[in-house]
Amino acid sequence: MKICTKPYGEIEVSEKQRVRFPEGIIGFKDIHDYFLLDSREGPFYWLQAQKDPDLAFLLIDPRLFMPDYRLEVSESDLKSIGIKTEDDILDFAVVTVPDDHAKISANLMGPIVINRKNHTAKQVISTNDDYTVKHYIMEEMRKKSTDLVETR
Amino acid sequence: MIGDEVEVSIVEIKGDQVKLGITAPKAVKVHRKEIFEAIQRENIDASRSTMDTVSTIGGFITKKHPQKKSSSE
Repeated sequence: MKICTKPYGEIEVSEKQRVRFPEGIIGFKDIHDYFLLDSREGPFYWLQAQKDPDLAFLLIDPRLFMPDYRLEVSESDLKSIGIKTEDDILDFAVVTVPDDHAKISANLMGPIVINRKNHTAKQVISTNDDYTVKHYIMEEMRKKSTDLVETR
Repeated sequence: MIGDEVEVSIVEIKGDQVKLGITAPKAVKVHRKEIFEAIQRENIDASRSTMDTVSTIGGFITKKHPQKKSSSE
């Protein structure tokens, strides 16, 4: 099927890319149907609302810039979208790109968790208080490269 | 008590800070309102991220998505 997307205009998507948020995304609770698009620019993914071409969220796997990142969420959140084992989980952080691009950040406090078997998803609240809504990706990348140098 | 199952207690008072403890059944979600609001604000900002900005930044981070490994590897 074809949908209108914010990043690429009208494109063909498959049902396999469909992701449904029964409770919506926090602040966007009435929008339930999205498609997960592999971004053509680097390590990102787009979560595109099916019926609203202007609404799309940029996602990233936090482990790419924070190797020791762990998804820490409540059992009941996982159960609510039917997740039974770790293999069912596909998780991302929502990315914010401000005018100053160097300050691109990822929200680790409210990760997006997708059940890859039934494509049901939820934005959950991390149980780890160290995770905030703004982790600066470039800063984390610098830390990561310093760590590598130090351990050599 | 809130209803029959939710219990609110004062755990500690330190200077002008009060630590509250909330005991509730597992099925009841307990989150501070400001956390929800912070995530909501961040989501609204995130929804304004645009394409051109992404292509400039994308090159900095290499895509080695552990969840996207092909079976041939």
